[in-house]
Amino acid sequence: MGSRGSTLSKIPNVDKLMQETGFSQAHIIRLHDRFRALDNDEKGYLCPQDFEAIKELAMNPIGDRIIGAFFAQGPQQETVDFNSFVKVLAHFRPTDKNRPKESTSPDPINSRTNKLKFAFQLYDQDKDGKISRDELLQVLRAMLEMQVTEEQLESITDRTIQESDTDRDNAISFEEFRKSLDKVNIEHKMSIRFLR
Amino acid sequence: PGSSVWGWCFDQWHLSAILNNVFFFLSVFHFSQRFTTVVPESCMLILLGLVLGGVVLITSKKQPYQLDPGLFFLFLLPTIVGDAGYFMPARLFFDNLGPILMYAVVGTLWNAFCTGFCLFGMKAAGVIVEAGLMEFLLFGALISAVDPVAVLAVFEEVHVNETLFIIVFGESLLNDAVTVVLYKVYISFVEVGPGNVQTADYFKGIASFLVVSIGGTLVGLVFAGILAFVTRFTKKVRIIEPLFVFLLVYLAYLTAELFSLSAILSMTFCGIGCNKYVEANISQKSRTTVKYTMKTLASIAETIIFIFLGISAVDKSKWAWDTGLVSCTLIFIFVFRAMGVVMQTWVLNRFRLIPLDRIDQVVMSYGGLRGAVAFALVVLLDGEHVKAKDYFVATTIVVVFFTVMFQGLTIKPLVKWLKVPRSTNRKPTINEEIHERAFDHILAAVEDIAGLNGYHHWRDKWEQFDKNYLSKLLMRKSVYRKSELWEAYQKINIRDAISVIDQGGNVLTSARLSLPSMASRTSFPEVTNVTNYLRENGSGVCLDLQVIDTVPGAKMEVESETHHFLAGNLYKPRRRYHSHYSRHFMTTGDQERQEREVFQRNMRSRLENFKSTRYKRYKKDRSQKKRRGSDVKEQEANDKPRRNVSWQDKVVPLESEEEKGEHTEPEKEEDVGITFVARKAPETPKERPKSVPAALEVCQSPSVFPPSPTSAEKNLPWKGGLGTLPVCVSMEATKIIPIDLQQAWNQSISSLESLSSPPVPAEPQHPRVSALSRLGGPARIHSATVPVTGLGSAGSTDTSQGSGQFQFPAGGGGGGGEEEERPLSLQQQEMQPLMSLVRPPPPPPPPPPQGAARRRNPCVYLRSLVAAPPPGSEPHSRRPTQL
Repeated sequence: MGSRGSTLSKIPNVDKLMQETGFSQAHIIRLHDRFRALDNDEKGYLCPQDFEAIKELAMNPIGDRIIGAFFAQGPQQETVDFNSFVKVLAHFRPTDKNRPKESTSPDPINSRTNKLKFAFQLYDQDKDGKISRDELLQVLRAMLEMQVTEEQLESITDRTIQESDTDRDNAISFEEFRKSLDKVNIEHKMSIRFLR
Repeated sequence: PGSSVWGWCFDQWHLSAILNNVFFFLSVFHFSQRFTTVVPESCMLILLGLVLGGVVLITSKKQPYQLDPGLFFLFLLPTIVGDAGYFMPARLFFDNLGPILMYAVVGTLWNAFCTGFCLFGMKAAGVIVEAGLMEFLLFGALISAVDPVAVLAVFEEVHVNETLFIIVFGESLLNDAVTVVLYKVYISFVEVGPGNVQTADYFKGIASFLVVSIGGTLVGLVFAGILAFVTRFTKKVRIIEPLFVFLLVYLAYLTAELFSLSAILSMTFCGIGCNKYVEANISQKSRTTVKYTMKTLASIAETIIFIFLGISAVDKSKWAWDTGLVSCTLIFIFVFRAMGVVMQTWVLNRFRLIPLDRIDQVVMSYGGLRGAVAFALVVLLDGEHVKAKDYFVATTIVVVFFTVMFQGLTIKPLVKWLKVPRSTNRKPTINEEIHERAFDHILAAVEDIAGLNGYHHWRDKWEQFDKNYLSKLLMRKSVYRKSELWEAYQKINIRDAISVIDQGGNVLTSARLSLPSMASRTSFPEVTNVTNYLRENGSGVCLDLQVIDTVPGAKMEVESETHHFLAGNLYKPRRRYHSHYSRHFMTTGDQERQEREVFQRNMRSRLENFKSTRYKRYKKDRSQKKRRGSDVKEQEANDKPRRNVSWQDKVVPLESEEEKGEHTEPEKEEDVGITFVARKAPETPKERPKSVPAALEVCQSPSVFPPSPTSAEKNLPWKGGLGTLPVCVSMEATKIIPIDLQQAWNQSISSLESLSSPPVPAEPQHPRVSALSRLGGPARIHSATVPVTGLGSAGSTDTSQGSGQFQFPAGGGGGGGEEEERPLSLQQQEMQPLMSLVRPPPPPPPPPPQGAARRRNPCVYLRSLVAAPPPGSEPHSRRPTQL
């Protein structure tokens, strides 16, 4: 792992990153270690193959979508540098209760809305701002695998869309998505306790 | 001795009577909601127990009852723990397993030691009774454990948020291992004598803790596996499925108890472990049975426990009061509980995603209720070795009463005052189900990416393992294929369906009746949804709902729907009855009874129509021979299973009948059954608002029917006696249809096309029939008389029937005007004038007024069918509209 100072100094824009993401130094260092562990060839960035090498991720039914989410953040689609890596992970930092009061203006990256947006974009593969029936069907198919028949899948999908689709366009917009999860404790359910 | 036995018997009887009363009171309590919202049930029960104990004490001078530890640990506690374990929300429990274990183990140990040592210190200071250190430690151990029964009783009424509840409740269940070990270790120490305890014994104590807790858990899990595996193969013996659940869960408890392991732990984990697989394996009915039986038993046990706690407290011989001990104990357990919670929470919060805030800590400290377990343990103490037992008993009672009554009473206001987030009793929507699953996957993936082997990582691993191995082993193949999400989806849909039917029952039926109007459909999106789903599953429920989805464009479709509707509603009860296995046959439910009622009403009114029409028929031509022949046929038909005859089929015969009816009378006999069915067709469409065009089409069909009633007469007079038993008649009638159809079938097809232009003679009769239907009441009276006349005159000729008709008008004194018409119509010749009246219109293009009139008729039928109007209620005023 190396000493803290040396590791930190290797990371460009650490302070800005910490401010944006809310991670502590310890977090950043830890994530940087992880980043380097994933980055096999010391290239300084990650490409999809690096993610696919994680074997647990291969088992995850929507793992590829989550990998995709890492590459959808920045302008350059092919690689992920450490900054965007951390920023994506920052979505899952637990929301601290005291903080929102101070920094209401720049919506923190781990706010409820941003967490929801992250989840939403996993469904919305074509990025048209709506989860269409097909998109939802794909996700469900992935999550349910072989356990249900195609008709069952479709009826679940229809039902889901019908339930949340308020403007009856047969698709779920982000607003509808958020509304359908209004009662869910997103701050809790979309957070990971990052080790320090 | 005899008297004492008598007294004992009396007391037993007395007690059971008392308990009966208690349960009655309980139900009353529950009804008076305002009362129970203020005073928790457990408090009420204890108070009630106190009163009862006082009464018994006064009457018998000696307290014969108290909470017997054997009874408590063998029967009362397991029912509660079993219920708690089996219905433990597993996900929530394991999400919070860390804190639960921490509080259960560390917290309880902390409480026990601190209380014990401090009490010993107070003794040293001379404030309280004389007792050894070991005894105080023993007392500290048994008094420090939070009690599952009390926590459940109080917290269930408080509705704090789930996390808080599961932590306190989980702690109360899991601390059993600690309590058991401490209790047993101390007892052995006390028995051996404090001087003889060696250091090795302390380590033995620690080792035994591990054995007791882990062993108990393992026993529970083993039994969970067995239970799940067994229920995999109970498909053929559904009736004993619940029994397996109860027995094996209880067996887990007993086995652990047998090996002096933690029985509560064992049972809890057995419940948690088996729940998923068992619920998947057993049938829906078994699930319901298990649920309600467990809940009922648990609440009974809870009631008994609290009542007996109250009763036992009155027994003065059992306890000795020591103010110092009581007050010190009260203070210590409260203080140390609070301190323990705060300190542990501080540690836990360093690791928790969502920290437990101050308010949570207050509730947790305050919710540390002591209960019956402590009491039973203290009663179990051996007075020989523990000299201060009586003091301990008294103190325990006070502590239990204080925590359950005072804290139980005040925790609700406290929770309100602190604005503790409450739990919502909301069921997740399908959206939430799906997205939360996605969240789980996302979190697991992110943990993998971030290289954290955190909770989600391990949970994901467990789920993989469960899916790949455990579920395969423990679930039925058919069930294993189903995914949980699909199950959730089904549940939600069923819930929707039930709610739709519950609140929109009327709406639904009306929607059903107004089938053609699909406008109603848009207002009930869920209905269509449900039907879709039901249809996919091919469940029997969908029969009626499906009807909604079919869009009847043409008259035939309308009719076929009506047929489905009627067939579904009317004849189902009979079928169901047959399918019942006699042993499990229960009294018919409301639903069935209702259906039957509707059915009977319909049939009665229909019968009345027939009877009235019958009379006319009689005059024309009727020999008893024919009647008998028809009877025979009916009987034969009875033996045959009911056939499904599509609506169209039925319609067709009618027309054929018409023609036949006009030209060849003898053949009509066979058509009888058909006639009444056919009539319905016009009636039902009438109810639908939008179907007016359809109704117009149908209008002409009514004109077709008249002959059929006449044919019906033949059969019906004989049936007249049975008129009071509509069900039987209906069955016969329905069965007759097929036979009729067979004969009429060939002729029917061609006649079908001629629907639009019905034979002329048919029409004239129609108004008459409707008029007769109005006089349903009198007709019925008559019907009773008719069979007599029929039987009396074996060779019944026209004249004899005529006499019958004459009686008829006399019976129905109400409709004088119509009676006049009747006699006319009844005679064959009389038919002519009526026919002449109506004849002009019938030909293909019917003038509008007449069409309207025809339309009207079905309405009348309908009314008579549905509402079964009182016989005399229909005035002549109707008549003009018809004609």
